Amino acid sequence: MRKILILAAAATIGLSGAAQAADITGAGATFPFPIYAKWAEAYKKDTGIGLNYQSIGSGGGIRQIKSKTVDFGASDMPLKGEDLEKDGLLQFPAVMGALVPAINIAGVEARQIKFTGPMLSEIYMGTIKKWTDPKIVALNPGIKLPDANITVVYRSDGSGTTFVWTDYLSRVSPEWKSKIGANTSVQFPVGIGGKGNEGVSASVKQIANSIGYVEYAYAKQNKLSYGLVQNRDGQFPVPETESFQAAAANANWSEAPGFGIIINNQPGAQAWPITSATFILMHKKADKPEQSQAALKFFDWAYKNGDKLAIDLEYVPMPANVKDQIRASWKGITDASSKPVF
Amino acid sequence: MTAVTDPTSIPAAHPQRKTPKGTFDLIFRNASFLSALFVLLLLAGIMLSMVIGGWPAFREMGIGFVTGSQWDTQQDVYGAWPAIAGTLSTAFLALLIGVPLSLGIAVYLTQLAPLWFKQPVSTAIELLAAVPSIIYGMWGLFVFVPLFAAYVQTPLSNIVEGMPIIGTILSSRSPSGLGILTAGIILAFMIIPFIASIVRDMLDQIPSVLRESAYGIGATTWEVVRHVLVPQAGVSIIGACMLGLGRALGETMAVTFVVGNANRLSASIMDPGSTIASRIANEFNEAIGLQLNALIALGCILFFVTFVVLVIARILVARVKAF
Repeated sequence: MRKILILAAAATIGLSGAAQAADITGAGATFPFPIYAKWAEAYKKDTGIGLNYQSIGSGGGIRQIKSKTVDFGASDMPLKGEDLEKDGLLQFPAVMGALVPAINIAGVEARQIKFTGPMLSEIYMGTIKKWTDPKIVALNPGIKLPDANITVVYRSDGSGTTFVWTDYLSRVSPEWKSKIGANTSVQFPVGIGGKGNEGVSASVKQIANSIGYVEYAYAKQNKLSYGLVQNRDGQFPVPETESFQAAAANANWSEAPGFGIIINNQPGAQAWPITSATFILMHKKADKPEQSQAALKFFDWAYKNGDKLAIDLEYVPMPANVKDQIRASWKGITDASSKPVF
Repeated sequence: MTAVTDPTSIPAAHPQRKTPKGTFDLIFRNASFLSALFVLLLLAGIMLSMVIGGWPAFREMGIGFVTGSQWDTQQDVYGAWPAIAGTLSTAFLALLIGVPLSLGIAVYLTQLAPLWFKQPVSTAIELLAAVPSIIYGMWGLFVFVPLFAAYVQTPLSNIVEGMPIIGTILSSRSPSGLGILTAGIILAFMIIPFIASIVRDMLDQIPSVLRESAYGIGATTWEVVRHVLVPQAGVSIIGACMLGLGRALGETMAVTFVVGNANRLSASIMDPGSTIASRIANEFNEAIGLQLNALIALGCILFFVTFVVLVIARILVARVKAF
């Protein structure tokens, strides 16, 4: 009896010991959580190594990686070069997503109504108040718009989604840039706030004549109606994987340290104008080299095998040439003896 | 505090009890003292860490942190007034709606209800008290809000439009169903079970001889309630209301769902607003730097507001007792 107990205890210790050494821990952005979870599941099946990712929000992710409680942090908002330098962090994009303006107007189907960037900024500033505003009507002949006030819906919680949306509005409207700016939460002059993607989509669904911004995957899954947005080349591309990838393909990724560019409003006839990557943060000087190596191996695997899973969930995989640049940048993560861990 | 602890320290019985029993008593006394001390330390620790965490915001903004109405993460300017006003107005509305209803429930259950009806209603109240607040929030957002927008807000806005004062307070620019009043109503639903069940228990404890003698001299039910029951239970009714108010002030999830989360002041209770707790719940995840300090400072203010409410409640109770 005692022998069995000792054996069992040894086995448990052995098992948990092995699992602890190999499991990767990460924390941060909520936006990429579904795809990280999907990748983690498939990766575990392939390699037996698990990923424990807590989607606590980008701010929390940045805090946790700074205090070294996780192997990697995740943020929707790229850190600036000097901030990366200060904390000795390395940053790279993992996957991309796109936003659409979701609408709820009786009789208007998805992709029927068109917006321009400045028009969206005026709606969110409260200067365009009604759906029958001459600017909207002029761009949308043939659509019957109600003579009703527009109810603007935004994310009330701090979120990378809000950052991408307000960054886009800042790029297309100097007035938005100077008065409100771009951040994970800003002072919206009009409208109501919903908590999380689900809060915004619930509000848009329920409130007649409303407009909100959500990730494309969300609009699609919740069958929300959404509008088209004019891109930099004056075109109205349809939001789909091709147009999202077109936005990424034309971007200059080496422009900012840590690939920290926001790919809103990129040139290209096909490019969807409101697209953004989500980022991973890791320490350059690895305290636990084997853990950093495991995390990098996971993302390497995801770049190689994870594209289809990403597309299934309406995320956008990184372009192949960018993936190579990212892998090259991983040489910057070293152990105590300055040897690259990957 | 001292009144309770003093008797245990009376050393009168000591000489006879030196044996194991004495040691046990000593251990027991110290253990319970430590438990009591733990609460004090916990409170002091929480207060201290909140003051330290929020200090940079207080220092940076000064009195403007309380009176200012801008909450701008871009410029790092933080003013808590809209959130404070939202907290107080939602809690006030909740009491305004919840207290009369709760008293009605309690009086009906203890004085008028037939036995077969009393039991199910009492059970229902206790079950309502056990419903998690997020359920109230989701029910509010998905069920109550659309109905409220369609059948109350829209018609009411049309009626009061253009009227002085009422037109300002009750009209909504875009009837979304979300707003200060909606939050107040949902909060009222949440505090009713608390207030109703406490008041019911209190009314039940009033000796029936009092009630029966009042009926005996020909008093009506209303007169019994007004002149016998309410004076008897007055203190505990106020206590129950303050308990409800405390919950309404600090409620987070349910309010966040239905308050509309707008960082603006509005004269209309139909317009979206925000409360201290909802602001913290919304922004904490992504907050860094001064914004984080400002949120902790908000928590500090909520702490202070709740403390003031408790003190007022104590004073009220003392006043009523003195009569």
